[in-house]
Amino acid sequence: MSVDAKPQPQAVRPEGVRRRRGRLRDTRITLSHGGGGKAMRDLIDDVFVGGFDNALLASLDDQARIPLAELAACGDRLAFTTDSYVVDPLFFPGADIGALAVNGTVNDLAVGGARPLFLSCSVILEEGLEVATLRRVVRSMEAAAAAAGVAVVTGDTKVVPRGSADKLFINTAGIGVIRAGLELDPSAVRAGDVILVNGLLGDHGAAVLNARCDLALQSDIASDCQALNGLIDTLLEACPAVRCLRDATRGGAATVLNEFALACGLCLHIEEKALPIREEVKGLCEILGLDPLYLANEGKLVAVVPADGADTALAAMRSHPAGREAVRIGAVRATPPATVVMATFFGGERIVDMLVGEQLPRIC
Amino acid sequence: MKYVDEFRDPDKARALLRVIEGLVADIEICRRRPLQIMEVCGGHTHSIFKYGLETLLPEAIEFVHGPGCPVCVLPMGRVDDGLVLAEHPGVIFTTFGDAMRVPGSKKSLLQAKAEGADVRMVYSPLDALGIAKANPGKEVVFFALGFETTMPSTAMTILQAKRERIANFSVFCNHITIIPTIRAILDSPELTLDGFLGPGHVSMVIGTAPYRFICHHYRKPLVVAGFEPLDILQSIWMLLRQLAEGRCEVENQYRRVVADTGNDPALRAVQEVFELREFFEWRGLGSIDHSGVRIRDAYAAFDAERRFSVPNLEIADPKSCQCGEVLKGMIKPRQCKVFGRACTPETPLGALMVSSEGACAAYYNYAGVQLGKARGQRSEPARGRARGMS
Repeated sequence: MSVDAKPQPQAVRPEGVRRRRGRLRDTRITLSHGGGGKAMRDLIDDVFVGGFDNALLASLDDQARIPLAELAACGDRLAFTTDSYVVDPLFFPGADIGALAVNGTVNDLAVGGARPLFLSCSVILEEGLEVATLRRVVRSMEAAAAAAGVAVVTGDTKVVPRGSADKLFINTAGIGVIRAGLELDPSAVRAGDVILVNGLLGDHGAAVLNARCDLALQSDIASDCQALNGLIDTLLEACPAVRCLRDATRGGAATVLNEFALACGLCLHIEEKALPIREEVKGLCEILGLDPLYLANEGKLVAVVPADGADTALAAMRSHPAGREAVRIGAVRATPPATVVMATFFGGERIVDMLVGEQLPRIC
Repeated sequence: MKYVDEFRDPDKARALLRVIEGLVADIEICRRRPLQIMEVCGGHTHSIFKYGLETLLPEAIEFVHGPGCPVCVLPMGRVDDGLVLAEHPGVIFTTFGDAMRVPGSKKSLLQAKAEGADVRMVYSPLDALGIAKANPGKEVVFFALGFETTMPSTAMTILQAKRERIANFSVFCNHITIIPTIRAILDSPELTLDGFLGPGHVSMVIGTAPYRFICHHYRKPLVVAGFEPLDILQSIWMLLRQLAEGRCEVENQYRRVVADTGNDPALRAVQEVFELREFFEWRGLGSIDHSGVRIRDAYAAFDAERRFSVPNLEIADPKSCQCGEVLKGMIKPRQCKVFGRACTPETPLGALMVSSEGACAAYYNYAGVQLGKARGQRSEPARGRARGMS
């Protein structure tokens, strides 16, 4: 027995009256902006929907609906990643938390061989945050997303009482599609392969360290925060035999090299004199007793490529703005197994190990 | 980097190494056994490993890694005392970065911070004084550590605090002095040291005269050395030349920084604020007479030990630790029973694994390449050598 569903009565807006986009007039975030009412609606409308400005987000449904056909046209596997951003200070030379939140997630997708397409943006705001600060961060996210060719299509906003979070935290998740047939995998690395990086190492870590301003050192060091998907497109097109890629974020290039060494069980042998490190960054590290190889980057990748493709790969990287200073930093050897070894500038050799905790400045 | 790279020039290093190899052949001791040279300072230990100097020098030269890492030799009881201060309500506890991870008997400052203590990392005691000025409602305690290198800055900060009448600032003083400890090591009967690399930064403050007894009384040559690889190689060359010529003197390689007379204003500030303790406990070495300083009565208001009740805990080093034997050059880090097993940089048992300047941590982090050993196999009591410069 079937019963025809009766149409439910619906409250209908009078003809010709469209919902107007909310305007946020407050200067500071209050708990009411997370309360689910009009204040929250105004915040989302004005700051986020207005900022990111795309049809998928503007529908303000609880989810972004992405046609599968659109994804399938880009490759044969989905790449899905998430990352949270809690940097202090929010703004520092060269970038800010917004650019970081977009580029970091874009890069996490891209180094897996995926074309990054869609991002989410969840923010946790501390009560009392200036709205102007939030707007500035969202503008920066928007610019970074446009530069990387991705769209922020869904999001969430929470406000927590003063003291429960530090100003502003962002989480972005990202979806990308991996090119058909491409398999980037550090366990595929072979002895004889060549190790490349796309430019100067340690700038981001040094810039943030310096911006925390307890050092009172003057320098022009700026974060290298940038999206790497364009560079990776160029690289993979020129050299499809690339073994693996990874962005050298927290823990720096040293950590990525160690991860590769563990995965392939071989020796990643690098040359200290080949490492591209800015004089100012070296100086900062010298003063603090830090090692620039462990400093974070936000726009640098380590690539391992077969020896016969190394020149092509390097030339391709250098042809792209994000890889202009790309260099070869070393090669893969059979022994000692699962170890990163550095030939020092001085002529000796030493192990470059995983960092134990965080790097702490030395006493004297 | 200007003024730094000059001291890391591989061509000059090669030339120096050739001269050193030639000298080794002239030294009588080297025909019987390896020459043992103690680098007193943790900064030297760090450089030796960072630049792979051990792999470059001839086999006839062995380094004995001395007690000169102030973070390493801090006894557990003092760390626990510091933790009591840090967990005192209303206290902001300020410290140099590498003291954060030093394990006390139950936890480290880093763990205390995670549990809610207000522990802040500073780059100098003046930063701590700044925090005191900015937080008049709080008590700010500075965890003062180090040899004569850092003693003057603590003394100057206390003098400034007194001048500016800052009432909420005090110092938990753990400063130590290197000379009595060198003497204690020299008095040890098992000792076979042939010479010393003197600590460059300590000497910048105290000058070179305090080391003369090492030559006069113990007949061991000493060269005050800088910290760049060429500094260290040149110092070794100077030491070998003394041995080859049968001389025994205090020489100063680090002239660009160290004046033979030391730094008078710094010494006066230290003299004004500090006095010798009867004895001080060293992790790995035990109690050594007159090896630490405390704050004088005139500055008692700035002495955290008098301002707060500090339990003065005495905690014995773990029995399995052989740090003392490593410090005296009797065994190499790798020959210690717990090295790389129970004692690693993640879970340091002994003093020498605690800071990156400790000999064991340096062995663990940097060495092992020449052994051709893989990860996890570094506890072999073997010793690899002789990898020429390429």
